[in-house]
Amino acid sequence: MFFITVSAFTMKPTYNLDHAVIRFAGDSGDGIQIIGSQFASASALLGNDIRSLPDFPAEIRAPEGSVGGVSSFQVQFGNSAVYTPGDKCDALVAMNAAALKACVNDVAEGGIIIANTAGFSEKNLRLAGYAQNPLEDKSLAKFNIFPVNISQMTAHALADHKLSTRETERAKNFFALGMMYWLYNRTIEPTAEWLRKKFSGQPEILNANIEVLCSGWDYAVNAELFPVRYQVSAAPLPVGKYRSLTGNVGIALGLIAGSIKSGLPLFFGGYPITPASDILQTLTAYKHFGVKVFQAEDEIAAIASALGASFGGNLAATATSGPGMSLKTEALGLAVMAELPLVVVNVQRSGPSTGMPTKTEQSDLFQALYGRHGEAPLVVLAPATPAECFAIAFEAVRIALKYMTPVIILSDAYLANGAEPWRIPGDDELPDIEPRLTTEVPEGGFKPYLRNPETLARAWAVPGTPSLEHRIGGLEKQGATGGVSHNPEHHAAMVKARAAKIAGIADDMPSAELCGADSGEILVISWGGTFGAVRTAVESLQKQGESVAHVHLRALHPFPRNLAALMQGFEHIVVAELNSGQLVAVLRGEFAQNIFQYNKVSGQPFTADEITVFLHRFLAQKPVMRNAA
Amino acid sequence: MNNLIDSITSNGTAEHNFTVKDLRPAADVRWCAGCGDYSVLSQVQKLLPELGVERENIAFVSGIGCSSRFPYYIETYGFHTIHGRAAAVATGLKVARPELSVWVITGDGDALSIGGNHTIHLLRRNVDVNVLLFNNQIYGLTKGQYSPTSQHGQVTKSSPTGMPDYPFNPVSLALGAGGTFVARTLDRDLKHLGAMLRRAADHKGTSFLEIYQNCVVFNDGAFDEFTDKATKPERVLFLEHGQPLIFGANKDKGIRLDGLKPEVVSLASGEYSAEDLVIYDEHDPTLAFLIANLTYNPDFPRPVGVFLNVDRPCYEDEITAQIDAAKSTPKGSNTSLQALFASPGHEWSIA
Ligand SMILES: Cc1ncc(C[n+]2csc(CCOP(=O)(O)OP(=O)(O)O)c2C)c(N)n1
Ligand code: SF4
Ligand SMILES: [Mg+2]
Repeated sequence: MFFITVSAFTMKPTYNLDHAVIRFAGDSGDGIQIIGSQFASASALLGNDIRSLPDFPAEIRAPEGSVGGVSSFQVQFGNSAVYTPGDKCDALVAMNAAALKACVNDVAEGGIIIANTAGFSEKNLRLAGYAQNPLEDKSLAKFNIFPVNISQMTAHALADHKLSTRETERAKNFFALGMMYWLYNRTIEPTAEWLRKKFSGQPEILNANIEVLCSGWDYAVNAELFPVRYQVSAAPLPVGKYRSLTGNVGIALGLIAGSIKSGLPLFFGGYPITPASDILQTLTAYKHFGVKVFQAEDEIAAIASALGASFGGNLAATATSGPGMSLKTEALGLAVMAELPLVVVNVQRSGPSTGMPTKTEQSDLFQALYGRHGEAPLVVLAPATPAECFAIAFEAVRIALKYMTPVIILSDAYLANGAEPWRIPGDDELPDIEPRLTTEVPEGGFKPYLRNPETLARAWAVPGTPSLEHRIGGLEKQGATGGVSHNPEHHAAMVKARAAKIAGIADDMPSAELCGADSGEILVISWGGTFGAVRTAVESLQKQGESVAHVHLRALHPFPRNLAALMQGFEHIVVAELNSGQLVAVLRGEFAQNIFQYNKVSGQPFTADEITVFLHRFLAQKPVMRNAA
Repeated sequence: MNNLIDSITSNGTAEHNFTVKDLRPAADVRWCAGCGDYSVLSQVQKLLPELGVERENIAFVSGIGCSSRFPYYIETYGFHTIHGRAAAVATGLKVARPELSVWVITGDGDALSIGGNHTIHLLRRNVDVNVLLFNNQIYGLTKGQYSPTSQHGQVTKSSPTGMPDYPFNPVSLALGAGGTFVARTLDRDLKHLGAMLRRAADHKGTSFLEIYQNCVVFNDGAFDEFTDKATKPERVLFLEHGQPLIFGANKDKGIRLDGLKPEVVSLASGEYSAEDLVIYDEHDPTLAFLIANLTYNPDFPRPVGVFLNVDRPCYEDEITAQIDAAKSTPKGSNTSLQALFASPGHEWSIA
C-alpha cells in the first residue's frame, strides 16, 4: 500500500513505500561499495530498517568492463522490519554494460534501471557479451530505463576544478548516488559529512566529490528525469544507539567483549582465507584492548597456537573457512580431549576443496558435528544475521569458558559481508563470564579432570599457579587425576563424561522460539544465515492466512531442549538449508520423524521468494510430496 | 589491566626453592631400559632448580613420539599435544604468557617431518622457547620406520632395501630458518649435554638443541662412532667460542680454511700450528653454516657444540611492545565495552 503526496519543492508526486530494494553495480574500480554503503547509512540515519549485501568479483583484478569484474552493492530499506537485502531490485544503477548484464535478471518487472550510457561503448558491449546495445533494442521493455551519460555529466560538473581526467572519472559514482538520493528522498548531508572527514587533507578532491554529489541530485530535479519520487519512512525500531555491523566484524567484537567480560586477554591465531580474513584483520585494530593476533604459518598452527594460549589461560580463538577447517580437525580433537576452552569460527563457503571461495553455503554442518576421529563432541552454534554474529561469538566465549570446551561457530560468506543495523548493547546487557580458573591447592593433590558436579566442567589451573603443576594431553585418562590410562573402563567412562558435559549445556542455552501458532500444518526449520529469507517467506504466508510456523536454530549441538516438543505440534516439518540435506539428516536421526527438506546448493543465498513459492506448492500438493519423501 | 591471569599466578615469588626431587612425578617412566631419553631427562631435572625460575613457571610442551612422553616425567606444567605441532602450541603459550619458561620436546620425525613447517617458522620468529630435538634417526614410537634424519641406504622396517632419500642436517636447517641459537650435543656425554642445556636455557630467543639420542631398540649404535671412548676423540669436533678447531686423541688435528674450503690438517708434522686454524666464533653465521655443512662429510669429524649464538628481538616481545604502544595512545585510555562498540561518525540514535 502506498499513498501519494506532492512535494512542494519539486512538484513531483511522492509515492510512500513500505520498503524498497536498490542496487548499485559497476566495475570494481567504480567505487560501488562506497556509494552503496553511503546509501545504506543515509537510510539508517533516516530510521529505516536496512539490510545490505556487497558482492565482489572473485578475482582481485578482473578485466575492466567484464562481467566477471562487476562489483555490486544491494540494500533493502523499510518502514518495518526487513530481514534480507531483498530478492528483486526496484532500482538498479548500472555503470556499464557488464553491470547491466550481471544484474538485469535481479531487477523486478517495472523496476527502474539507470544506465550510464558512457559505459555502453562498443567495447563495453563486446566485453559484456551484448550483440547490440540493450539500451537501444527492445530487450529491456519490461523495465523503466533511464539512460544518463553519468561520466559526461560528472565531467561537466567538474569543468572548473583542476582535476585530472582520471580523478574526474573516478568521481562519477557520487553523481549516481546524488540521483538516487533525490529519487528516494534521502538527505545528502551525512555523505557530505563523511566526505569532509575522509578528504580533510585533500580539499580539491573533497570539493569535487561534493560538487558531483549535488550535481547528481540537481540533475534528477532539473532534467525532469523521473516522473515520481519515492519515500520510505522510519521503522519502529527499538530505542537506542545504533551502528552498522557486518558478520565478520560482529564476530571480532563479540570475542573482544568476551575478553573484557571474562577478564582474560584474547589470543587469536589465524591464517588468511576468504571469507574469514576480515576477522583476523579487524582484530589487529584492537591491540589497545590487549588483543594478541598471531598470523600463523597455516591453519594447523593457528589452532595449535590458540590451544597453547588456552593452556596458558588466555581466551583463545581462531577463524577460518572450509579448507582451513579441514586442517584444524586434528587439533580440535585435542581440544576436546584436553578439555580446554577454545572458539573456532568457520565462515562457510562453497565446497568441497577450493570450491567457490566467495560464495555462501551451509555445507559444513556435518563436518562441525562429526568431522573428527573418535567420539569428539563439542558445541556448535550458528548466528542468524550479520549483527547476531556479535551475540553468538560472545555466547561461544561464555560457553567455552564455563564448560571448558571448544565451541564451533558456523557463520557463512553471506553473513560475513552482509551488514545490518545493530543496537549497541548496554554494559549490563552482557552477562559476566566466570572462567573456571583455580588457584586452590586441594588436599591430596590437584586433580585436573575432577568435574564440577553441576556443569561437569573440569577446573583450569594455568602455568604460573603454584603447587598445581600437572600434565594434560591427547592420551586417554584415568578419570579425575588425568593420569594416562588405557584401561577399558576408564576409556568408556571418559567418552561418556565428555558427551554428557556437552549434552548438558542445552540446559544453559535459550529455548528455540516459535514464530507463529504452536500447532498447524507446516513448521519450517532453518539455521544460520538463511534466517532472513525463511522468516520473510513464512511471515508473508502467515499474512495470507496460511498455517505455517518457523523455528530458527542457533544451537546445532546440543539442540534446544524444547525442539522435540515444538515439532510435535505440526503435521509436516520442512527443513530449509543451503546444502543437500544435512540438518534434516541429523533431525531425522535424532527424532525419528518423517521430515521434508528444501535445499539449494548453488553458492547463492535463498531468496524469500523461492521459499514462498516452495511453501505454496507444498501446501497445495502435500499428499504428493509426502509420498515423494 | 583486564588480566585475571596476572592476579592469580605467582609473579615469580612462590617456589624458588625446589630440588631435583620435586621434579620427579608420580608416573612411572616408561622408556625402554637403556634409552638415551633417560639421560636427557635427568640432565634437565638437574638443571631446572639452578635456573632461578619458579617451578610453577616452567612448562614443557611436546608432540608425539617416544621422546614426547617427556612432560609426563617431570613435575612441572606440561602439555603432550599432537604429532608435529608442539612448536605451534608453544608459540601460542609463550605469546600468551611471556613470563613462562617454555620448553619444546620433540623428535626427529616430530620436528622435521610432520612438524617441519612449524619448526622453521618458530626459528624464523625467534620465539623465546627452548627446543630439545631428540634425534635418534628413527621413528621410535611407531617401531622403527626411517625418519628424515635416517641415513641414505639405512635399512629400517619401512626401508628393507635401504632408505631411498637423503637426510636433513637439523643444524643446517635451523641455521637456514634463521635460528639465533643452534647447538648439537650427545646423550652419552653428560657433561656436554648439561652444559648445552644450560646454554640453551640462558639464550633469549629460540634455542635449538639437537641431541643425538640412542634408540636401543630400533637404531642401536647409530651414534657409537661419536660416543664410544675409542673413536669419539677422532670423530667429534667440539666447537668452543674463541678456541681453535682442534680434535683428535692427542689434540693433534685441526680444521683450517683454504679460502672458503675447510680442510683437516695435522698439527703433528709441524707444518701447521693452532694459529693456522679456524678460531671458532659462535656469533658468526657464515662460519656456522660452513662448519654445520661438515656434518655428513665422512672426511671430517662431526661438529658438536654451539654453532650459532646471536641476538635478535623475540616475536613475543614485538607483540607485547605493539600492544603496549597501542595502549599508550589516547585510544588506549578507554577500553570499556562502550569504547569497543563505538563507531564514531557512523552511529545513530532511535528515540
Ligand atoms: C598425525 C599422526 N600421524 C602419525 C602418527 C604416528 N606417529 C607417532 S610418533 C611417530 C614418529 C615419531 O618419531 P620421532 O618424532 O622421531 O620420535 P621418537 O619416537 O623417535 O622419539 C609417528 C609417525 C601420529 N601419532 N599422528
Ligand atoms: S623405542 Fe627407542 S626411542 Fe623409544 S623408548 Fe625405546 S629406546 Fe627409546
Ligand atoms: Mg625419532
